[in-house]
Amino acid sequence: MRDNKATRLAFGAGSVILALALTSAIVAITGNDPFLAYKNILQGSVGSPNVAGNVIVSWVPLLLATSGLLFTFTVGLWNIGIEGQITLGAIFSVWAMRGLESAAVAPGLIIALSIIAGVAGGMLWALLAGALKTFGGVNEIFGGLGLNFVATALNLWLIFGPWKRPGVASMSGTLPFDPKLWMPTLSAQSRLAPIPLILAILTILIAFVLLKGTYFGLRLKAVGKNPKSAYLLGIPTWQHMMLSFAICGAFAGLAGAVQVTSVYHRLIPSISSGYGYTGLMVAMLVNYSPVFAAPVALFFAALNVGSIQLPIVLKLDSSLAGVIQGFLVLFVLIGNGARIRLLKKKEGRS
Amino acid sequence: MNIELRDITKTFGSLKANDSISLTVPPATIQGILGENGAGKSTLMKIFSGFLRPDSGGIFFDGAPIRIDSPDDAIRLGIGMLHQDPLDFPPFKIIDDFILGSPGGLIPDRRASLAEFRALSARFDFSLSPEARVSSLTVGERQQLEILRLLWLGAKILILDEPTTGISQTQKDKLFAALRKLAAQGMTVFFVSHKLEDVEALCSRAAVLRQGALIGVMEAPFDKAKLVHMMFGKEVRLAPKSSAAPGRKILTVKTGSIDSVRIRIKDVNLQVRAGEILGLAGMEGSGQDLFLGACGGLVEPAGGQFCLDEEERPMNGKTYHDYKKMGVAYLPAARLEKGLVPGLTLTEHFILSEKMKGVFIDKAIATDISTRKISAFNIKGRPESAVESLSGGNQQRALLSLLPASSSLILVEHPTRGLDIESTIYIWGKLKERCEEGTAIIFISSDLDEILQYSDKVLVFFAGKVTPPIDAGALNVQKLGELIGGIGWEAYKGGVHA
Repeated sequence: MRDNKATRLAFGAGSVILALALTSAIVAITGNDPFLAYKNILQGSVGSPNVAGNVIVSWVPLLLATSGLLFTFTVGLWNIGIEGQITLGAIFSVWAMRGLESAAVAPGLIIALSIIAGVAGGMLWALLAGALKTFGGVNEIFGGLGLNFVATALNLWLIFGPWKRPGVASMSGTLPFDPKLWMPTLSAQSRLAPIPLILAILTILIAFVLLKGTYFGLRLKAVGKNPKSAYLLGIPTWQHMMLSFAICGAFAGLAGAVQVTSVYHRLIPSISSGYGYTGLMVAMLVNYSPVFAAPVALFFAALNVGSIQLPIVLKLDSSLAGVIQGFLVLFVLIGNGARIRLLKKKEGRS
Repeated sequence: MNIELRDITKTFGSLKANDSISLTVPPATIQGILGENGAGKSTLMKIFSGFLRPDSGGIFFDGAPIRIDSPDDAIRLGIGMLHQDPLDFPPFKIIDDFILGSPGGLIPDRRASLAEFRALSARFDFSLSPEARVSSLTVGERQQLEILRLLWLGAKILILDEPTTGISQTQKDKLFAALRKLAAQGMTVFFVSHKLEDVEALCSRAAVLRQGALIGVMEAPFDKAKLVHMMFGKEVRLAPKSSAAPGRKILTVKTGSIDSVRIRIKDVNLQVRAGEILGLAGMEGSGQDLFLGACGGLVEPAGGQFCLDEEERPMNGKTYHDYKKMGVAYLPAARLEKGLVPGLTLTEHFILSEKMKGVFIDKAIATDISTRKISAFNIKGRPESAVESLSGGNQQRALLSLLPASSSLILVEHPTRGLDIESTIYIWGKLKERCEEGTAIIFISSDLDEILQYSDKVLVFFAGKVTPPIDAGALNVQKLGELIGGIGWEAYKGGVHA
């Protein structure tokens, strides 16, 4: 076996087939036809312009989160706190919106300010995780997880406390904004808003250009691969880690702000919708490459949206999409591990 | 029990760590294993204690072959190894650490174990409180605990790897008394050390290893001069030193002191001037690495003053990056762990080390720099080669090529360790070039020839003690070897200043 494109491709394909086979087996065990399930997912994601639009709506926050995570992964950090960063982005965005709602300024400006506030919120939460790591010696995974819980609690407190609906607080969130403060969509029926889509595409382009073509990106890579050597080469290591946290947090905050301004138009309890965790999976699946991040994120979004109708049509839970995604990541990682082990063994023999 | 190691050979890649070593040890012996770093002592003892498997050769007890596949097998056969860094559990209570690893049931019998611990402890006059935490112990006490534990597990053969590093004289006396007592009861002790004085004081016979081979075995009383010669081998011719007048002041250290867990260095005074080469000699872990780090802001000094330049600018508390701005560069020995970034190409390394203009990577300029450096430093690799694919010698050249064009002080750990002759000569040629341009160099080496051949002055480190800078011309392999082994230090008592 040689380490070339063909073996990599073969292992990749093998991993995907195994993931699908295992998912099919699980569906079959529950007494359903796996192919019918896949057909439904396909129909539910590309069957009509409407559902295809929903896939794009779901792609936007996922792509934003993934783009941000490319930076933290490159510098060698596991920014698991991205969920909280999305939530804080949403909270800051709603906070700005509530403050400006009745101000006599153009709605467009209010939306823009609200989004900027969201970006700041996500960045702040990420920098907090970064500061805990740099100055407090708290591993970013634990710090991030803790901050996720704090963010969720803060969100619920706001929804059921200071920002509750007039009358009775509700799981359905805060009172929606005035429709004139909603991010404009393509048409009255569509939920697809072009501005967030453009922003999302911009962020992945930024990630691509910064990581692949700049000295900054190369320094991040050096720190991620070997912080000790990078330090001796004269690269300020912790500063680069903080910067990556800031960028990732900004993108995550933007995702939260987009959910608030263009999808829900209010704050809801599960505002981050797990896009941060899914983003982690996408980033791992594409081996932190900005080139493949966009299509794979789109595929994951399609799986999510496509599985929504599974409970209605097949009495299957919609979490099947998560099962496929999880298996995919797991098998691709196992496949990679196996490939490297086999290569090493061969080296050892020769 | 008669112990025989027969024809033990172990290779790591192209390195022969043990080359067909045969050693027979009679019962009730304290057997010293001597040799400089990298001589193969640790490899041999790791094979004996089951941490490594030999490529060929075997171990025999009273002529019968035994099979050791793991440390677990070894202890069952009665072979216990005390590692240089005790393998214990600092957060545990002493008694829990003691019990750990003992076979027998789900629930340990703490009462019985406690009694046995006390009895054993009293036998050797160790005063360990079973309820104290392991983390509160000194290195010497941790060794005592480990010895008790190994004996309790039934060790009949004890292997001690550099046990006298970092322990006090009283603890050393206690340790030696305990070992003598054990030997008197018929146990065999392997005492691995580079300290001649310790081997002389304790061992009944000594085996000397050099470059993976057994050079010879000597019974007590020892001929020290002969032992030193066996350890370090050939005499070296000294290369003519450049007799250029010393330049401006580069580094001044006044009463520098450094603390670490194992070692404490006090009262280092020295001045390094432009064009000078200072060699730091000593067995690994004697503090020279800490001192070199302190000269570059990588290790925080505990006291004294570290100053740079003619104006003697104080640098205490500054980071390596501050030192770097003042023209200090550090070349680590662990090339792939601390110097280069595996996964990045040569070109990427040059980009990172050079001051590049703009934001976007200019591929043309980068490749140009890369090609020039690769040919200037004679690196066998292409601009797009990943650094980990290069050979050791070429990695070292790459590391050298990453040095900033103008440095006032270069700090080098083991500049030529593991390199072939050609690379060694090349690397030193490059370093000498720098010296002629007025750069000062401080380097660590465990190769005595290298120290004597290239240094203008030498600092010898031994168990936290440091000599004042000695003119390399006043040293020879014999003298240096003795100093490294802890002999002949009387002359330097009272801290002579340079």
